[in-house]
Amino acid sequence: MPPPRDEQGSSASQDDAALVARCRAGGDDAWAELVERYSRYVYAIAVQAYRLSEHDADDVFQETFVRVYDRLGTLRDDDAFRPWLAQLTRRLCLDRLRDNGRVEQLDEADAAAEAANELDRLDEALAVRDALGELTPNCREILDRFFACDESYRTIGAALDLPAGTIASRISRCLRTLRERLEGRKPAAVES
Amino acid sequence: MERHDEIHLAALLRALPPAPEGLVAAAAALPRTRRDLERIVVLAEEDAAFRAALLDDLESALRVAGVEPEPTVVQEIRRRFHP
Repeated sequence: MPPPRDEQGSSASQDDAALVARCRAGGDDAWAELVERYSRYVYAIAVQAYRLSEHDADDVFQETFVRVYDRLGTLRDDDAFRPWLAQLTRRLCLDRLRDNGRVEQLDEADAAAEAANELDRLDEALAVRDALGELTPNCREILDRFFACDESYRTIGAALDLPAGTIASRISRCLRTLRERLEGRKPAAVES
Repeated sequence: MERHDEIHLAALLRALPPAPEGLVAAAAALPRTRRDLERIVVLAEEDAAFRAALLDDLESALRVAGVEPEPTVVQEIRRRFHP
């Protein structure tokens, strides 16, 4: 059994290798955390990099995590979890494109090359998301709701019990903090 | 990353919207789903009446066995027991 959540440290501070080790030890909580950490990434590879339909992307998403669950024990280097996951997802996307007749064998290299730029962008987005996890919960939630979930100022204000008129300035402050965090100009202390 | 101007950052934040909630929940529940599945398979192999009930009305038999008939479980049981 994994230790209680409050003894595990924050999600952001826990590196993949430690999380993978906990999953391998049979921790349901650790597995749920791994899925939560990478669910957006896997889905984005299917939808954005390979432009799968919603139905196909759903199938690839499910199959990816089933395979990860079944094959986690074969991962040789726990630090290499993310590239391993990305490769697994890419292969399943290509299989799906081939099954649908959207690519022939000879076109696979082209499809992979076309996806490469988008995959680089998603890796960069994942790094930003990791940095987001180091901000205050308030900043994290405001930025995620506004940019990733595409919520309006009014919706965000209602959800967080903040005046809608203050949301824009908070977004601006939080974004600046995130940028500074990524550039390493400033230590962890951030404004809410 | 070399350049973290805020427009670029905003674009990167937009690049990872949430995956569909149901998919994430099903993936997160995989360990439990697998345990349920294995329990059902063992029960069906050991108990002919339960196996017959599974073939007759899969979802009801799962409920009687205390397993919620989630799509992933139902699909896998069908694969294993329905030729």
